[in-house]
Amino acid sequence: MKKALMAGALGFLMPAMAAAGEYNITVDRVMIDTGDFVKEGIGYNGASPGPVLRFKEGETVTINVTNNLDEPTSIHWHGLILPFEQDGVPGISFDGIPAGETFTYEFPIVQSGTYWFHSHSGFQEPNGAYGAIVIEPEGREPFRYDREYVVQLTDKHPHDANRVMRNLKMMPDYYNRQQQTVGDFFADISKHGFMTTLQDRLAWGDMRMMKADVEDVQGFTGLINGKGPEQNWTGLFEPGERIRLRFINSSAMAYFDIRIPGLEMTVVQADGNNVQPVTVDEFRIGVAETYDVIVRPKTAEAYTIFAESMGRSGYARATLAPEKGMEGPVPGLREAPLLTMADMSGMHGMDHGDTTGADASAGMDHSDMNQGEMAPDGMKDDAVMAADASDSMTGMDHSGMDHGTMIMSEGGASDPFYAEGSGLVPVAANGGKFLSYADLRAQKPLYEEREPTREIELRLTGNMERYTWSINGVKYEDAEPLKLQYGERVRFKFVNETMMTHPMHLHGMWSILDVGAGEWNPVKHVISVQPGTTVYMETEVDAPGQWAFHCHLSYHAASGMFRKVVVEGGPDQGNTARAEVAKDGGDA
Amino acid sequence: MKTLTLSAFALALTLPSLPALGSDMPQDDTRRKDALTLWGVQFEELEYRYSDDDEELGVWNGDAFYGTDELKFRWLTKGEYAIEEQAYEKLENQLLLQTPVSDFFDAKAGVRFDTPEGPDRTYGVLGLTGLAPHWFEVDASLYVSDEGDTSAEFDAEYELLFTNHLILSAALDATVAFSEDREIGVGKGLVSTEAGLRLSYDLIDRSFSPYLGVVHERKYGDTADFAEAEGGGTEDWFAVIGARVSF
Ligand SMILES: [Cu+2]
Repeated sequence: MKKALMAGALGFLMPAMAAAGEYNITVDRVMIDTGDFVKEGIGYNGASPGPVLRFKEGETVTINVTNNLDEPTSIHWHGLILPFEQDGVPGISFDGIPAGETFTYEFPIVQSGTYWFHSHSGFQEPNGAYGAIVIEPEGREPFRYDREYVVQLTDKHPHDANRVMRNLKMMPDYYNRQQQTVGDFFADISKHGFMTTLQDRLAWGDMRMMKADVEDVQGFTGLINGKGPEQNWTGLFEPGERIRLRFINSSAMAYFDIRIPGLEMTVVQADGNNVQPVTVDEFRIGVAETYDVIVRPKTAEAYTIFAESMGRSGYARATLAPEKGMEGPVPGLREAPLLTMADMSGMHGMDHGDTTGADASAGMDHSDMNQGEMAPDGMKDDAVMAADASDSMTGMDHSGMDHGTMIMSEGGASDPFYAEGSGLVPVAANGGKFLSYADLRAQKPLYEEREPTREIELRLTGNMERYTWSINGVKYEDAEPLKLQYGERVRFKFVNETMMTHPMHLHGMWSILDVGAGEWNPVKHVISVQPGTTVYMETEVDAPGQWAFHCHLSYHAASGMFRKVVVEGGPDQGNTARAEVAKDGGDA
Repeated sequence: MKTLTLSAFALALTLPSLPALGSDMPQDDTRRKDALTLWGVQFEELEYRYSDDDEELGVWNGDAFYGTDELKFRWLTKGEYAIEEQAYEKLENQLLLQTPVSDFFDAKAGVRFDTPEGPDRTYGVLGLTGLAPHWFEVDASLYVSDEGDTSAEFDAEYELLFTNHLILSAALDATVAFSEDREIGVGKGLVSTEAGLRLSYDLIDRSFSPYLGVVHERKYGDTADFAEAEGGGTEDWFAVIGARVSF
């Protein structure tokens, strides 16, 4: 337990050390009952999800984790800023926790907000090893509420995670039961005409891609705080109260679109960091993201928290009610979205002409958005976007494909964080406001704004047919670590060349999402990158050590979309990285 | 929130006790750093055939694999068992190594052993297998027998989804010989084709899908003549009932 000792010494040295909370967690085999099926899984303190850990900013916590499994385990404190040895990723942060042993984590709590924790060993997390973290701030919250609930979502699958992985590798569409059928073909003919429909099918068939490929893993039951739709987790309230709901998406694979029919939601926090309040009717929560919203039901009726998966293949449901046992109406699932050619615009295979994939996606380049100041309610540079988008469409146009006749998504909604014409752009069920990344503004800047010292391009790559996922075409097993220098401010450019959405998660350091708001850009720990888009984030490299960096879709991470990040230097190394960086300014 | 920046910095300042970049840094030797090793077993066909001249056959066509994305070991097995005669009309096993050569195609190489009733043959195999545009599963193999005879086989399969569970699959298999091997009844040129239509229903996930179908087998040219000379037929229609199985 040399590591734990050192961590102890570290804690002792901490200037911010105040109270010290001690927590005990056991890792156990548990039974998970979703109401649809009962399945053995892994949990904490005898249950899945595990306990809600409540910390206070400024305290130092000691967490004794006892592994009651017959295999190694680990706990990763998702979104927490801490010394890397405490981050809990076997092979990167520490050696893991062997079967039967206890490991003591000890670290200062230097932030507040909603986070979560989960195993980083094998597929224990999709099998149930997750729990919530709530950190009370040292000072006052900048918003009022009378009560709060954690609303932790997951997508529990009847198959064990190892089996899911094996099935996906054998047959990538194993779980996809929303593929287009002969009936859909005739329905499209009557709607769009024979030639258009035929050309559409030929174009997709030529790419060997499926428009229905929105969710890899269907067939799950959505859970909220461990309860299935039938079991209906219920939070109580008194009319007129402000309720803070801390949404955490702990799914292995499912993005959820969340709404509470009859209530507006005011988003006040994203990924643990306060944002300037924005009132919405619905929002999409990526895998591993957290969003805090405040709702204020005025009447004594039951409200349904309805969380539909992005691909509409499943849902989670809970209730807010003045009394136990009350239920609100449960909406039906909306029609499943289909990908469009716009979602494929990042793919290499698309470029039969002289344009490269990068050119094709440049139209979606969000750096362009920075030039025009963005209005708080989102993209206003429609003209610019439209021009760029049409450029990119010509760029990717190839023989025999006429986009004028392609069957595109209906609704015509747009969002700067989706490819123009994407089939995935969410629309609020009541026709109201759907939260976009472009709406997020930091409540207070976390860092002083400065020019990035260099840009690192990370292409999100993969092959759906082989179910391989990678970064810059290289899987983790073949990859060298990504090296960052302590003191740098790195600008990451994510180019999504696949047809799937990837929630990218950097451990140990914040991800400042570029929405074009400068120092008011929101600070997150997961950045969702939509198909066919380019998204930028910046990171102040202020945490020495080794960190994990990966797509948070469990089966994407496991099949290669993962990197080790090494932060070199640091004040202790006598390294002058910070000074050097300041010298060469922003070009790199 | 400035405090956060400050305490993160303070945190770094207290780190000197840790050799931040020394040999103490863990090396990732977890399974995450290894190539995923996978295995699977599938029977594309596992069926009972009843021919238009009352012949009854038990037929299978399956494979098992073990390996990684980069290299798989595959065992292919095909057989036709004549129930009345209690004899294997066809019994073919291939041991292959398979590796990707493009986004959608794998190359394969290995050996094939034919041990039906009658003379045995051993072949060297070279082939390509994968997904062609428009969702055709194709498989092409070149065989060289221990007698020095060369032949080629081409398979294609296409699935039509009536619903997401009720699936019609069409399969075509054709064999061509570049030289005659009289002993096993193979003439030069197009040897034989087998075409099948099977309507299946995914009953348990994709691991058990019972089906009904029809299969048409035909022999051509010299091969047909050899078969007739032996008193056999050159064309058969079968009704089939079976299941696709994978685990
Ligand atoms: Cu991913």
